[in-house]
Amino acid sequence: MTKMTSLENLASLGNKVSRRGFLKGAGGLTFAVSMGAGGVKFLTPKEAKALAGHTDMSAWVRISPDNTITILTPGAEMGQGSMTSVPLMLAEEMDADWNLVHLEFAPAEPKIYGYTRKRRGRMTTSMAIVGSRAVMMYYKPMRMAGAQVRKVLMQNAAKKWGVPVSQVRTEPNVVIGPGGKRLTYGEIAGFAKVPAILPKVLASELKKPRDFRLIGKSLPRRDLPAKVDGSAKFSIDVMLPGMVYASTVHSPVQGAKPLSWNEAKLKKLKGFIGTVKLKQGVAVIADNFEHVMAARTELEVKWSKAKAAGYNSVEALEKDYPKMSADPKTKAKKIEALGDVDKAFASAAKTYQAEYRCDYGYHAQMEPLNAVARVNGAGTQMEIWEGTQAPGRSRSMIAKALGFKTGQVIHHQMYMGGGFGRRSRTDYTIEAALISQKIKRPVKMIWTREEDINYGMFRPQSFQHLEGALDGSGKLVGWKHSVIGDGRRLLSGGAKIKKYYKVANQLIVEKKAGKHGIRTKHWRAVAHVFNVYAIESLIDEMAAAQGMDPLEFRLKNVSLTGKARRVLSKVAEMSNWKAKRPAGRALGLSMTERSGSLGAEVAEVSVDRKTGKIRVHKVWAAIDGGLIVQPEAARCNVESGVHYGLSSVLKERATIKGGAVEQSNFHDYHVLRMADAPEEIHVEFLDRPTRPTGLGEIGNPGIGAAVANGFHALTGKRLYHMPFTPDRVKAALKS
Amino acid sequence: MVAFTLNGRRVSVRTEPSTPLLWAVREHLKLTGTKYGCGAGLCGACTVHVNGKAVKSCQTQMSDVEGARVITIEGLSNDGSHPLQKAFIAEQVPQCGYCQSGQIMKAAELLAKNPKPSRDQIVAHMNGNICRCGTYNRIVAAIQRASKEG
Repeated sequence: MTKMTSLENLASLGNKVSRRGFLKGAGGLTFAVSMGAGGVKFLTPKEAKALAGHTDMSAWVRISPDNTITILTPGAEMGQGSMTSVPLMLAEEMDADWNLVHLEFAPAEPKIYGYTRKRRGRMTTSMAIVGSRAVMMYYKPMRMAGAQVRKVLMQNAAKKWGVPVSQVRTEPNVVIGPGGKRLTYGEIAGFAKVPAILPKVLASELKKPRDFRLIGKSLPRRDLPAKVDGSAKFSIDVMLPGMVYASTVHSPVQGAKPLSWNEAKLKKLKGFIGTVKLKQGVAVIADNFEHVMAARTELEVKWSKAKAAGYNSVEALEKDYPKMSADPKTKAKKIEALGDVDKAFASAAKTYQAEYRCDYGYHAQMEPLNAVARVNGAGTQMEIWEGTQAPGRSRSMIAKALGFKTGQVIHHQMYMGGGFGRRSRTDYTIEAALISQKIKRPVKMIWTREEDINYGMFRPQSFQHLEGALDGSGKLVGWKHSVIGDGRRLLSGGAKIKKYYKVANQLIVEKKAGKHGIRTKHWRAVAHVFNVYAIESLIDEMAAAQGMDPLEFRLKNVSLTGKARRVLSKVAEMSNWKAKRPAGRALGLSMTERSGSLGAEVAEVSVDRKTGKIRVHKVWAAIDGGLIVQPEAARCNVESGVHYGLSSVLKERATIKGGAVEQSNFHDYHVLRMADAPEEIHVEFLDRPTRPTGLGEIGNPGIGAAVANGFHALTGKRLYHMPFTPDRVKAALKS
Repeated sequence: MVAFTLNGRRVSVRTEPSTPLLWAVREHLKLTGTKYGCGAGLCGACTVHVNGKAVKSCQTQMSDVEGARVITIEGLSNDGSHPLQKAFIAEQVPQCGYCQSGQIMKAAELLAKNPKPSRDQIVAHMNGNICRCGTYNRIVAAIQRASKEG
């Protein structure tokens, strides 16, 4: 029998378990699956046989006679825990003994292992773990699949005992029949067959939440043991026989192409192997990484002209954006238009307006971008090792870049040393693949940290103009929000407020500042970061102008959804909102929605007026994320979001001058360190029995306004430009 | 050729004297638990012990470790049983996990010289190690737990 190597124990990931091997596995019970319109669908043995070897079929669950169960997990793991949480939902309905379950990453085949979603009017499948989707999107199909496996096991046991299936039930890993007869899942796997017609499972047959044994309990994450002893494998850790090393040097000015370089000089360097010209860079190749670094230092490239060369981000944000934002001729896309905004503002008793700015953000994932690629001798197949948030898309993009069919790319998913939206784009892996194809050798391609920033893809900078109108009784009746910046579909997320504030008259627009030639990208909650900061800052400003407590203003003067009222009340209770704070400290409040979840956050802040340094001492977060599948992992996600958000709020700032990113490493792109982290973060979930919603990013967007509003409560001053660097804080204090 | 003791075993590596210990350990000796994060001594992901002191291996040249005792995360314990390793799991600290070897090695240095550190001492000691997933509070809790249970 093939011994399955469990993912969490893999010492050398060259993933030994091929799909076919998994299917063939001697003597066990294998459930082949395909993806249908309704999600995961198990195949009948006949269907499976007909499709054997075909790329559209694969196995999801295998039960071995020794009782071990292997489940393939589509939860790409970047620290959020979905590698564990997603298959756990299948194990729940299957009534598996979690201790006997081994996990493996599912192959990069979205048609089989993807979730189904509507995209531009069409149903599509995707394995992209982005936008906090993993648990949310896989919740239903994984549970249905698990229930189907359980039914097959029960049917087989009932048949063996000659009793109706209605007389058998399950306990973890055992089917129990009349008179206490018992068969373990492994024993059943020894004789059972997957029936020609698979049993149907109705939604009503799924477990009731009170019967959950795994969902809602905090089980240890499977990846952690390997992450405390150094054995967890990231793509940067992959070693192949005969492997060489490479690193790409991209133009300092984003978008420029290499014209020529000093190859002759490089040839004299020890260990130097060669260079490969890439679309926007030159890859240097050597026998080891220190020799690659030496070649990088010596490399001199002549670059083409690029559009970005004339771009200065500070100038754009300070001068151009405000001008374009105010210009009625600037093209505006409606994000939300409700009621009659003009009338609401014309008849308002009081109106308020403010402008907000936010700088570019860099992902700064701890593992610099890298990949390992190995072309076969015939040049007809490429094997890839990478950590990716979107294995399906990555695999097909790599194939396209190589002139291959998707099937010619063998893809190995690895742990990701952080993703945050950067690792859903596969540009760096394509580089590794092209290098290997060209030099016909296995290669480990690593971007240096400097390269990772220089050729980064950034959360766009933005300028926002917001207006609010209150009627005679102080109720919020009109709302205008305009956001401007450069970033394809990355500007308007989080600008809609109707999931928490029901304002009758609204106009929310996105304005394009034109293309700057700078690469932009999703960044943990992306536009929510700056939009929610602006929205919640203006709400706080209006509350203060009425002489009202910001919580009371939201509860009394803003029409709230039920969810919003609940999270606000909860966070007020958790933070003891009305209680007096220690001298020199004050509280700020903010709300946010993201990926179906709703959150309210309170931050306790202080400021050193001399240095301009803000400290956030405590954070309370009340989150409605529907049903919480793994409470401890969920708390970790929110804590992580708070930290990541706070880092951006207090420190992170990328600027571009003459098309080149001005920062180069952690000495000038500052991120949150332990001394800056809040001493306490308290997270509570409302835990309602609705389907789970996203939690990977909900902790992040609200923290900006919570800090700014706390700063106002403390100093009477407002912060209009994120991040709140010491210089900006000092300027605000003087204003 | 540089010879030193790595996790209790004598090893020798054919590198230039200026090669960073980081690349020798990771790519030449294939102990990949030590991570490359910034290459400039700014993030701490590459932290190892040299003669009992936590150093940034990206800033340590091979010429500096001739004859030295080097311990990496793989050598902290044989079986993940170091009090810090147990505490990091008990507190469910790692998220992406990439910085964690460095965090644990840095923390191990602290507990070796100060078995009962205060919160402030922990923060001061650990401030050079970046974690982008924001596990800082849990790292503090894990160090406190290891200090108590160790």
